[in-house]
Amino acid sequence: MSALTFTVKQETAQRVDMSPLVCQLLKDLSLTDIAAIELQNGKRKIRVDELFTVSGDDSQNIVIKNSYAKLDFIAKELQDGSMTVEGEAGAYFGMSMKSGQLTANGNVGLYAACEMKNGLLTINGNAGDFLGAALPGNKQGMKGGTILVKGNVGQRAGDHMRRGNLLIEGNAGDYCGSRMIAGTIAVMGTTGRFLGYAMQRGTLLLWQQPQLSATFNDCGSHTLAFLPILFKSFKKLDSKFSDDSVAFNRVQRYGGDMAEKGRAEVLVKL
Amino acid sequence: MIINGVSIDETFAEAFPMKATRAIITAQNEKWAMISAQAMTGFATSVIACGCEAGIERVLDPSETPDGRPGVSVLIFAMGGKGLAKQLETRAGQCVLTSPTSALFAGIDEGLQIPLGKNLRYFGDGFQSSKKIDGKRYWRVPVMDGEFLTEATTGRVDAVGGGNFLVLAESQPQALAACEAAIIEMKKMPNVIMPFPGGVVRSGSKVGSKYPALGASTNDAFCPTLKGVTKTDLSPDIESVMEIVIDGLTKEDIDNAMRVGIQAVCDLGAENGIQRISAGNYGGKLGPFHFHLQEIMA
Repeated sequence: MSALTFTVKQETAQRVDMSPLVCQLLKDLSLTDIAAIELQNGKRKIRVDELFTVSGDDSQNIVIKNSYAKLDFIAKELQDGSMTVEGEAGAYFGMSMKSGQLTANGNVGLYAACEMKNGLLTINGNAGDFLGAALPGNKQGMKGGTILVKGNVGQRAGDHMRRGNLLIEGNAGDYCGSRMIAGTIAVMGTTGRFLGYAMQRGTLLLWQQPQLSATFNDCGSHTLAFLPILFKSFKKLDSKFSDDSVAFNRVQRYGGDMAEKGRAEVLVKL
Repeated sequence: MIINGVSIDETFAEAFPMKATRAIITAQNEKWAMISAQAMTGFATSVIACGCEAGIERVLDPSETPDGRPGVSVLIFAMGGKGLAKQLETRAGQCVLTSPTSALFAGIDEGLQIPLGKNLRYFGDGFQSSKKIDGKRYWRVPVMDGEFLTEATTGRVDAVGGGNFLVLAESQPQALAACEAAIIEMKKMPNVIMPFPGGVVRSGSKVGSKYPALGASTNDAFCPTLKGVTKTDLSPDIESVMEIVIDGLTKEDIDNAMRVGIQAVCDLGAENGIQRISAGNYGGKLGPFHFHLQEIMA
């Protein structure tokens, strides 16, 4: 069986809702049925075979080629299966993903992995604002699984995050980990202003010294036993995070946000 | 059956179903992991009065432990699940949480999950935090030496307790030397513990007593000083009897441990004063697991 492949024929002027093209919804459909699915495109509908050339037959392994930044909701609520995007992806990439593997070989837009529940989501480019965050008005962002970003991320990464790992090889924008409820965000590059703003619990694991708000207090330098276990869990990832040379267990610990519960921590590599 | 001049009785050890778990204790070095493990498995020779039977299974290399530090694995057995959970939690709280640099992890993943550090976390008074890593929940409890890391739960499995054999010798030193040799070999076996002091028990018991309040009393048939005054099971030349009791995660684990233990005793042989190997049972009516000595050594 070969991967079910959607190759974009021509980019649309308006945004496209890609949520129907996800492994579990295509499971028992023939290529003809799939080709006839209608996607929302701006205020009109567009047939799948009008937008894509469809080939392959393995609906549990989907590839989207020539993708562009107006394809929204790719892999929404993905359950099992594997999806790969060649090119850019729009907003809400992997929104509410439940399990399986999702990979973007390019940049992704706003709200990627928002309210993700489980699985592994890899972004080999950059991610926009609100990565792994809660949708506007909702109280809980990412609730499980792992997000791996090899590039940089925008503002408010992990906003309202509840559980799981958000691993960023590059830099993070302002308000990283804002209003975080729990979970772990690891950033190898730099972080912006207002790091951990209103963070309740959870861990921000940093390789570079951040610019911290006055509401984060220095708790001293420590060797923490959970860090080797955490780094060991990254071993299976195709990432810098799996490299022994980047792991550490000696950190400077900052507690905060004291304007909130103050049970969160920023751990900076020593 | 005679091995190296040692007579193997045509009898069997009778054992009982128990509930068991394994915990892994790590520390800054092996010395402190062992101190914590010894404390945790202290006063746990027999369920008769200790609440559980526990022992050190083996020393773990740093490559075998979850946090990459030196460690010790301990096995804890109890007659029921509730009793096991209570003993585990009490011992973890008083002996591992308190021990410098220690961390505590599950040693069995399968089976019903019972609390390991799940409730100990409240010692953190709200400052505790959890991390869920690869599906396992860990608790980080702030303590005065840094942070106590513990896995939330460990697995409880069905197990077997009370496997045993008796070493009958011509003198007390010879009986003890033979048991020591057996314990050295048996400690190399996985999934078993010998819960009595040094692995050896000199006060084997029978069921019942002339005193109604006591459920067990001295095994007078094997007491050498009573040879002339009770219905003895000893020949005139036997002056000392010692017992090795084995708890294991499965019947096969106990089979294997008994085999290497009895073999080590027999290797010393009659020339070192070892006369017989026997076993304790209750006529086969109480325990569903029977370990026939001659079958094991066949």
